Parts: sequence; C-alpha cells; structure tokens
Amino acid sequence: MQLIYEQSTPGRRGVKLPASDVPAASALPDTLLRAEPAGLAEVSELDLVRHFTNLSRRNFSVDTNFYPLGSCTMKYNAKVLENAAALFAPFHPMTALLPGGVDFCQGTLGMLYDLGQLLADITGMDEVTTQPLAGAHGEMTGILLISAYHAANGNKAKKKYVVVPDSSHGTNPASASIAGYEIITVPTASYGDMDLELFKAAMTDEVAAVMMTCPNTLGLFNPHIKEISDIAHSHGALMYYDGANLNAIMGKVKPGDVGFDVVHVNLHKTFGTPHGGGGPGSGPVGVKKALIPFLPQPRIVMDDDGKLLLETANPGTIGRTANFFGNFGVMAKAYAYIIMLGREGLIRVSEQAVLNANYIKEKLKAYYDLPYDMTCMHECVFSASKQLEHGVHAIDIAKFLIDKGYHPPTVYFPMIVKEAIMIEPTETESKAAMDAFIAVMIDAAQTAESNPQALHDAPLTMPISRLDETKAARDQNVCCIG
Amino acid sequence: MNDSHYCPHTPEEISEMLSVIGVASVEELFAPIPGELRAKTFNIPPGMSEFETFSRMQAIAAENSGKMLNFIGGGFYDHIIPSVVDHLSGRAEFYTAYTPYQPECSQGTLQALFEYQTAICRLTGLDVSNASLYDGGTSCAEAAMMSLRITGRNKIVVDGCVSPFSRQVLKTYLFNLNVDVIEIPPLDGLLNRAELAAVLDDSVAAVLVQNPNFFGSIEDFTALADQVHGAGALLIGSIYPISLGIVKSPGEMGMDIAVGDGQSLGNPLSFGGPSFGFIAAKKKLIRNMPGRIVGETVDKNGKRGFVLTLQAREQHIKRHKATSNICSNQGLCALRGLIFLTSVGKEGLAELARLNRDKAEYAKVQLAKIPGVTVLQSAVTFNEFTLSLPRRADAVVAGMLEHGIAAGVPLGQYYEGSENCLVVTVTEKRTRKEIDLFAKELEVALCN
Repeated sequence: MQLIYEQSTPGRRGVKLPASDVPAASALPDTLLRAEPAGLAEVSELDLVRHFTNLSRRNFSVDTNFYPLGSCTMKYNAKVLENAAALFAPFHPMTALLPGGVDFCQGTLGMLYDLGQLLADITGMDEVTTQPLAGAHGEMTGILLISAYHAANGNKAKKKYVVVPDSSHGTNPASASIAGYEIITVPTASYGDMDLELFKAAMTDEVAAVMMTCPNTLGLFNPHIKEISDIAHSHGALMYYDGANLNAIMGKVKPGDVGFDVVHVNLHKTFGTPHGGGGPGSGPVGVKKALIPFLPQPRIVMDDDGKLLLETANPGTIGRTANFFGNFGVMAKAYAYIIMLGREGLIRVSEQAVLNANYIKEKLKAYYDLPYDMTCMHECVFSASKQLEHGVHAIDIAKFLIDKGYHPPTVYFPMIVKEAIMIEPTETESKAAMDAFIAVMIDAAQTAESNPQALHDAPLTMPISRLDETKAARDQNVCCIG
Repeated sequence: MNDSHYCPHTPEEISEMLSVIGVASVEELFAPIPGELRAKTFNIPPGMSEFETFSRMQAIAAENSGKMLNFIGGGFYDHIIPSVVDHLSGRAEFYTAYTPYQPECSQGTLQALFEYQTAICRLTGLDVSNASLYDGGTSCAEAAMMSLRITGRNKIVVDGCVSPFSRQVLKTYLFNLNVDVIEIPPLDGLLNRAELAAVLDDSVAAVLVQNPNFFGSIEDFTALADQVHGAGALLIGSIYPISLGIVKSPGEMGMDIAVGDGQSLGNPLSFGGPSFGFIAAKKKLIRNMPGRIVGETVDKNGKRGFVLTLQAREQHIKRHKATSNICSNQGLCALRGLIFLTSVGKEGLAELARLNRDKAEYAKVQLAKIPGVTVLQSAVTFNEFTLSLPRRADAVVAGMLEHGIAAGVPLGQYYEGSENCLVVTVTEKRTRKEIDLFAKELEVALCN
C-alpha cells in the first residue's frame, strides 16, 4: 500500500477549521518563525478514511482472529467499556490541581479511589497508586518505592541488588536497572520455577528486592513462593509481584497473603482493556502499609466526610511518575469491567482462563514437546524441539498459523525454553474456537514432518511475505524522506 | 447471573474439557496453589448488567462539573478533534491488536506507526523517531537518560521554565542514578542564560528546555544549541506540538532531541490520559533511543514492508542492559496523533497554530484592559501567557471555578514569589464571546 505521504496533493485538506472571529495577531518575529510548514500529508477526508480503513484490514486483532499471544492476555475487550471511557473525555486534569478544583472532580477522583480499593482487595494490598502508565512503568515505580523504603530505614547504601528468576519478563531487570540496582539472575529448577537452593545461596542482606511473576512465565504457580518470601524478608528484602499473570488467580490467591509487599497490575491484560496495537496500557501499583508514605504525588485520599482530596506535600514521596493521574481512560474501562463482572464474574474469569490453557496443553502435548509437564495456570509453554529435528523452527510454525488465520502464540519467550511456543487462550475463547486452533497446531506439527518446506515458505496469504529484518536494521529507514 | 457473554462455556463443554484434562473439577486445576495460601476473602461487589454498568459510569461522570469553560493548559490542551480520529482509531483491527511482533499480520499497525514516525520527524525537523513513549513528563526523563548514555556524563541542567510536573517526573526517574539535576530559576518567565552559562561545563550531559515554556513564552534556542554543543552536551527540547505549525522547529534550532506530550494531537483531555509522549532525535543517536522503532524493509519478493527494528536496544532482548524498560507504549494514541495531523494537513496545522495565537493575543489585550492586570512577560507567546493580578491568583481562580470558568493556572504553588501570577491558555476552541465573558468575569472577580 502507498504511504499517506505518497497520496499527498498540495492544497488538499482533510478537515475544515473554525474561521477566526478575532483580529489577526502580528506575525512571529523571524527568529522564532518556522521557515516552511511541516511536511504533513495533504489529503481529502475520504482519502484519509480509505487509507486508514484499508491499513486496518492488514492487521490481525482480537476482534477478527484468535490471538493466543502468551503473556499478553489478549482477551475480548467489551464494547461497553469504550462507551464508558468516552464519558470522561471532556474533563481537564488541571482542574483537579487548581485551588478548590477537587470539588469539581469528585466523580473522576472518586472512581480512581474506588478502583484503587478494588485492586487492593484483588491483590491483598493496603493502598494503590493509579499513576503508572503501563506495566513496566509500574515496575519502575514499585522498585523506586522499595528503594525509598530502604533509604528511610537507613539501608540505602547497603541494598544494591535486585533478584530476578531467569524466566522473568525482560522488563523486570530493565526496570530495576533504571531504578539504580544491579541484577542477580537465578536459574530455573526442574520443577519450572526459580531454583530454591540457588536462590538461598544468592540471598544476602544486600538484596533490596526479589521480583517474581506468579504464576511465572511458564504458566506455573511456584510451590515455594511462601518460603521464598520468608527468606527474602529475613534478609530485609521486599517482595515485588509482577502482575502480568494476574488473570490466573483472581479470588483464588492474593499476592499480599503470600508475602508480596508491592504489586503492579496490568489493566490492559487482566481487566479487559484493549491493547491498542502496543498501548496504552495502565500499571497501577499496590503496596503494603509500610510503603504508603512513599507513594507518588498527588495521592488521592478520602477525608472523614467521604470527600476526595489530593495530598501533595508528603515529604517521603518518591515524587511524580507521570504528569497527571495516570491513563484515566484505561482505568475507566478497567473499573467498568470489574464492577460489571463482579466477584463471581472475576472468579469465573480466572477459572476458565486456567481451564482453557490446560485443555490446549493436554490436546497438544502429544504433538509438541512440553518441557514442564504439569498443571498449568493461564498459559502453557511448548517447545518446537521435535519439529526442529525436521529443520522447522518455532517461527516457521508461527508463520504457518498466520496463513490459517491465527495470530501466533508468543515465540522464543521465555528464553529458558528452546524454541518456545507460549500459548495463552484467555477465558473469552469458546471451546469451538480452541478446537479449531488445536487442529491447526496439529496440522503444523504433521506438516513439519511431511513437508517442512511448506512451513519455511509461510506465510503465503498475507499482503507481504517474510521480511528482511537485517536490511531494516542496517538501513535504519524509520521515516519517509521527501 | 449468567456471565457466559465473556466466559462462553456451557456446563457440558466444561465437563468435556475437564475429562480431556483428566481432572474432576475446575477447582482441581488450582491444586498447585498451596491450601494455606488460598484467598480467605474476596470482597468485590456482585456484578451487574452492561446497562447498569454504563448507568453507574454515567453517574460517576455526572459527579464532575461537565461544563467548565477552559482557560487552563499546563501540558494538556482543549483542542478540536476531527470526527475521523475517533472513527478510524476505533477500528477494532487497530485497537484490539497488540505490539506488532508478527509483521506479516500487523502491517496495518506497522505502516501507521512508520507514517506516525514520519509525521513526528517532519514536525520537529529531526531525523528519527519511535513508536511513542508514555507522556510528556516521562519523555523528558527518557531523553535525559538517553543523554547520560550517549555522553557518559552524569549531570542534567534543567531550565526552571520547564513544566514543574515534567521536572518532578525527571527527578523521580533519576533519583537513584547518582545524577545531579541542576535547575536554573526562571528570569522573567525566560531561561536565565547567564546562570546557565555559569553551570555549563564538560560534566553536563544535557540541557533541558521547554518551548513554549510553562509561562507561555517562546524562545529561540539556536544560540543556546551552539553553546551546549560547545560543552559537548546535548540540547533537549520539550515541545508543544501544535505550536510547531508556526514556531521554529527543534531541528531548525539545532536541538539534538525533541520530546513532548502528544495529547493536543487528537487525544481527548480524559482527566489526564491516555495521551502519548513523542521523541525525535538526530540520526546518529538512534541506537540510544528508547522503545519500539518501526523500520522500512522488503520481503523476499522485494515488496516494501515494515517491521520493528533495532530490537537489540530493547528490554525483551537486552534485559537489564536495555536502553529503557518501556514495553507497552501509547500506540493507539500515537495513531490518533497521526490521523489528527493528516486530517489537519500541512497548511492546516499552520492555520490552526495561527488561530491559537490570534485568540490568545486577543485575550491578552482584553484581559490587560482590566484595572490592575498586566501581562507579565514581554516575551513572545503562543497560546498561553502569564498575567500579573492585583491580588493572589489562587483565590481568584477558586472563586471563578464556582462560575464555571477555569481561569488559568496560578503560579504561586509552583514558583515562590509568583502568588499573583496566572497562566492563561486560549485555544482555537474558545470563541471571542467566551473570551469576552472571561474578561468580564475576571474583572468582577477582582472587584469582589
């Protein structure tokens, strides 16, 4: 397809602007004036509509295709949530920060406060900040909170390390590193989670935090999680919970009860808000009482009369992690999702997410190597090692699936599984949809044996075939010249 | 209640699936969670129907004052959003997809992001951009961290005229990294260049300025760029993108990195988000850019296509050595930005920017007619300017809120000694009649 810039015709317009009802101001002085208008495309409204509508048709999405992208929880996004979020479009965030402004924002501040309470109950925490804008942003915020806690206890210099398992999301070590820590990585044991003995050996009083995803990226619930938490606490370290996989455990187990001190929640995963082709997400962070003094400002608090206020002068705060109150529109969707599903609905979500993942695991384990063969939670991780014997890689299977109308699972993650294929069906898929997917996965496995070249050639039905990624990295052509 | 609209299995299907798995109940699947760790309470209220949910959300929205006449900015701006922005970004193929890891079935998102990166490069006059960051404040922090990596130095100099929110975010990000952040207090709503020159040496990684700044002043930073480069540092500008319709671009001024909040480009106010952060830089800095980058390439038949590129910078490959921890970005909001910019177009953006300045200049004249009110700065402004009132601005603003007018941002809470100062924003959405009403109400408020 042509780029929008290749369809541009000088003088064409996509929208009519309001006419001016005031006198024209003097021109800017030359020293401040742009020499040429920015080279934006000039197209009619219909040209623009056709272009972006046709672009959209070149995407797989949850609404058009099964999208079992492991670790991303690509569940169906209820349409009412979009309508709910649109109700809040006109509200300016600065209003709340004006003197007397909170009086005019009780609805929005109240919703954030209530969402915090709901998330605190789901995760077993005492208070939640809604400021972080995505999961990784929540991780960084959480680690900074832990750092402030250690500093307040006079341990800032001593606490230098953050421990992560080698199965962790890449964001965990990246966030801890940005927050100023060195990383200790602990290998995975045969039971599919951080090796307990190696963990014990790695733990010293210099560890500030242990970051865990539970269930982990293999989809397994760590049987030693309480012991890990007790050991961490005995060294004065705090436990950080990566909430990426929260969809598996709502109403079943609360991270706070297991000993976690800080939690981030990915609203765009567990709470059904759309992923937007990369974002926006939202990553609220919950903490235990001891960390409340360090929460970001402005902090939303309720006075004795039930009025919402903004606390802005807490001396212990880590400061501000975003300009305003977080991705409010995303939180409005998540809030609507939680109140709509309610207690029983959320429990059912986790139950069926886990049921679906185990069903796919059982149906496919005769065809694909399952390196950790045990009951999984919301996702299961296979290896294409059997197919590799025929020269077929996980990526080839992924491309074959595309031809069959399926968005591929996550491949090559977690890195500890060779040729990993990580499948997360989510609770919103029907048995029929999963059965059809299972049939295609079996077809892929059989084709790998009978005709491996067919998998190397895939995909054949898309607007483009496999791309030259080396050329992209070499050319660094990231902007249309001209 | 039957929740099968989002969890579709019938009891028969569940039984069938359980027998395939070889367990007697769904509960058995949770056996790996030790019994003593199981949740003892779960106090979420009972669920409700879609209709009741929407009604509840309407009731919440109604608790806010919906009809506020906005003369406030401070980083978020009340601009027009062409109808096409909602309709096209609302295509489910865009908004229910995720990060385009599989390019063959994600060309829609990838090409749109390539076109977005192009729009940002052309707007800023710089060479390379990425698929978006979180927001204005965090993009300042990401740019600062980029400069630390590039120069190997550990000092950031920040103009005190940069938004206090962005400065706070920057400090929070850098708080554990042994980085000195030096703030230069403003001089008459402008960068204090003498003081900056005094601290600019070979330990400085970058200087961060904002254009227009928090007071609304526009500055030419061309000479500053030379001075900063002379010290071996980078110049980072936080930019209000609508102003780039007429104001000299970061590229023209010789800046190395431009960042900013993209909310004004087709994203609703929405109580502060989601919006997006943009970043653009000189080409040689690309390997130190944070976040996803879309690049052009060809497929095996030579056909043009787009793909996530230079991924070796990113957290999912490099883990703790990544250029940033960012994973999810604000892609859909960036798409809205692209559709907005394409709808408005090349001449339209200039026209829109002029309209903003015209309205603000008109408001400036009307408001300055009020006895005791003066325009604080002599500097050139875009669509925001600072007034000096004859008394404390906070009380005036609080009083006018009661009359449905958000009169501006009082500066006293952000700058000591500025208790009488008020930053007023006038976008193209404000009519002459509304501006006249505002002037009348402000005069009344000051007489009381």
